[in-house]
Amino acid sequence: MKGLLSIAILASTAIGFAGQAQSQTVFLSTQLRPIEEATAVREELLSGLDKPVDYVVEEPPQFAVRMEAERQAGKHTISLVGALHGELSPLADKQMLEPLDDLAKKLADAGMPQSLIDLGKLGKTEQQYIPWMQATYVMAATKDALQYLPEGADINKLTYDQLIEWGNKMKDETGAPQIGFPAGPKGLMPRFFQGYFYPSFTGGVVRTFRNADAVAGWEKLKELWTVVSPNSTNYDFMQEPLASGEVMVAWDHVARLKNAISGSPDNYVVFPAPAGPKGRGYMPVVAGLAIPKGAPDAANATAVIEHLATQDVQLQTASLVGFFPTLNVQLPEDLDPGVALLAGAVTATQSAPDAVISLLPVGLGDKGGEFNKVYMDAFQRIILQNQPVADVLKIQGDTMTKLMADTKAPCWAPDAKSDGACPVE
Amino acid sequence: MTQSRSWIPYALILPSVVFLGLLFVVPLVQTLWLAVSDNGTPSLANMTTMVTDLNFGRSVLNTFVLTLAVVPIQIIMALTMGSMVAKMNGGRETILWIWTIPLGISDLAAGMVWLSILQNTGYLNSILFGMGLIERQTAWLTYQTPVALFIGIAIAEIWRGTAIVMIIIVAGLNQVPKEFKEAAEIFGASPWTRFTRITLPLIRPALQSALILRTVLAFEVFAVVYALGGRNFPVLVGEAYNWQNQNQNYGVAAAYAVLIMVISLAATLVYLKAVKVDPERLP
Repeated sequence: MKGLLSIAILASTAIGFAGQAQSQTVFLSTQLRPIEEATAVREELLSGLDKPVDYVVEEPPQFAVRMEAERQAGKHTISLVGALHGELSPLADKQMLEPLDDLAKKLADAGMPQSLIDLGKLGKTEQQYIPWMQATYVMAATKDALQYLPEGADINKLTYDQLIEWGNKMKDETGAPQIGFPAGPKGLMPRFFQGYFYPSFTGGVVRTFRNADAVAGWEKLKELWTVVSPNSTNYDFMQEPLASGEVMVAWDHVARLKNAISGSPDNYVVFPAPAGPKGRGYMPVVAGLAIPKGAPDAANATAVIEHLATQDVQLQTASLVGFFPTLNVQLPEDLDPGVALLAGAVTATQSAPDAVISLLPVGLGDKGGEFNKVYMDAFQRIILQNQPVADVLKIQGDTMTKLMADTKAPCWAPDAKSDGACPVE
Repeated sequence: MTQSRSWIPYALILPSVVFLGLLFVVPLVQTLWLAVSDNGTPSLANMTTMVTDLNFGRSVLNTFVLTLAVVPIQIIMALTMGSMVAKMNGGRETILWIWTIPLGISDLAAGMVWLSILQNTGYLNSILFGMGLIERQTAWLTYQTPVALFIGIAIAEIWRGTAIVMIIIVAGLNQVPKEFKEAAEIFGASPWTRFTRITLPLIRPALQSALILRTVLAFEVFAVVYALGGRNFPVLVGEAYNWQNQNQNYGVAAAYAVLIMVISLAATLVYLKAVKVDPERLP
C-alpha cells in the first residue's frame, strides 16, 4: 500500500512539472547578468514589445551546458540567445543557430557597419548572430596617480616603457606596487595577452607566439610585473581594488571598471592601453543576438532583435549598462559621466594613429577556453614561476600548434591570413 | 500472510534505490566513460592531458599536503573539545551549539568570511595596523607568500571542518559507559591512561567514521581554497572545475573527477584497515 502511495506521489509531481506551459518568448543571455542590469533590460530595454519576453541570465559555462542539453534532448525552450562572440562560436560550429541573413541586410541598411556584421558570420557563409552591443578594454587610474606620471608622458599615448617607469615611481613613493591586472580565476587576463600584449609587441597573436619579438615582449612584461600588485592573481573585476584603493592604475573590460568610475567619476582618468614596439594593440568585445535552431518562437525573437537594434534602444543600452552601440550613432550629451569617461577612452583607443586591432578568434569552436589556457599557462610559468622565456614559449607553442591543427582555425587579424590552420612560426 | 509481507521491505527501499540509481550510478558511469573516451572511442587522451598539465602535479601535492596538515589537527581538536564538554554540567548545549556554527554556513560563505579577514583591506591587517605592527597593507594571499597563503587556507579549513568531526566524536564519547572510567579511577589510572586505554579504544567506531568522512571531504576541498587562493593554490577539485567551466573540456574534467573518486575510495579502504573496529561493537 505504501509503495502504491509513493508511486502516486511521484506521478503527481511529474505531472505537475510537465504541466507548466511556455507562454513567453525566452531570451537567455550571458551578458547583463547583475541584478540591476537585468532589471534595466527587463523593465526598460524590453518594454514596449507586443509580446512579453522572459529575460533569463546564465553564466557562460552553464549557458554552454544548457544549449548543449537542449540540442541533445531535441526539446527547445529558448527562442533567443544573447552572448559574446566567443560563446556563440561553439554553437555555430555545431550548426545550432538559424541563419539571419535577411535581418543582417536590413540592419546594414539601417547603419550597422559591415565589418561588424561580418564578425557575426563567425567565418561561415551565413549570418550566425546579429551584433548587439560592443565594448573594449581600457586603463583607468585614480587622479592621485597622475602626480607620479613620468615627465613628458601623455596619458593617451602611453608606452609600455612609460607604464613601467610610472609603476616604479608609484611603488617607490607609496611603498607598494600600484598597478593591477585582472589575473584572477574569473578575470579577463587572457584577453590582455591576445588583444593587447601580443599585438603590441609582436604584431600578431598566433603566428608570432614564440618568435624573437615575443621573447623580448615577455622580458618586458617581467619588468612590468615587478611593479604590479601581487594580489593581481586574485583580482577578477578591477573596479573593486580600484574603488577600495588597493591599486591606483588598472587595465580591464569597460564593464568591469564601470562601477568604480561611475561611482566617483571625478576621481578617475580613463585612457587607452599602452603601445609596444609594433603599435597599440586593442581588442573589441562584441555581444551578439542569435536564434537557436528549433526555437519555439523564432518570429517574436526576430522582432526582439530588431527592437534591440533600433537607434533609441541602442543609446538607452549605452547609458543604462555601459555597453556601446553597434549602430553608427553619436552618444548623447547627457550620458552618465562615468560612461562618458569610458566612452572617451574607447574613442581615443580606436582613433589612435598607432592602433593595431586584434579581431576576435574565429573558428576555434569549443576550444576557446583551451586557447586562453595556452596564454595563461605561459604567464604562470614565465611570470609567476620565473621559468626561462624561450623554453616556455617553445612548449606552449607546441600546444598552440596542436590546438590550431585540431580546430583547423585560419589566422585572423592582426596575424597574416593563412591557408588552412593558423601556423605558429 | 507471510508471503504477502516478504516483498514489503523491497518495495519500501525501491524508491531510494531507483533514486540513487538514476541520479548517482548513471552519471557515475557516464563520467567514467567521458574520462576514458575521446569522440566516442576508448582513449587515454584525457588522462594524458590531465597528467601532463602544468597544474596537475601542484594540485595533487597541494591537496595531499593540505589534507595531511588539516585532518590530524581537526581530530585532535575535536577529541579535546569533546572531552572538555563531557566534563561540563551546565551550559553544555550552548557551547556545542556555538562550536557547530561553522557547520551551518556553506563552504563558499566560509571562504568569503576568511577572505574578508585576510585580504589586503581585511580585518587582520586593520588590527595589525592598529597595534602598530605593520606600516601599510600587507598581502597574505599572493603567489609571493605561499606559506602565509597555505596557513590561511589551513586555518579556514580547520575552522570550517572541525565541527563535523567533533559532533561524531561527542556522539561516540556519550556511548562510553561511566563505570569503566570509575573502575579505572579506583585502580589509580591517571587521566592520560584512562583516555588512551579506555576512551580511545571505545570510541574507535566513531573515530573511524569521523576520519573517513573528514578525509574524503578534505580531498574534495574547493570553495574555501577558491575564495582565498584563486589560481595561486591549485587543488584537484579546483582543476576539475577549471577544465569544466573555463576550458570547457568535459573529458579532462571527468578524468579529474575519476581521480578524486579513486583517491577517496583508497583513503576509505586505508582507514577501514588501519582503524580496526571490534566487530561486536558495530551496530
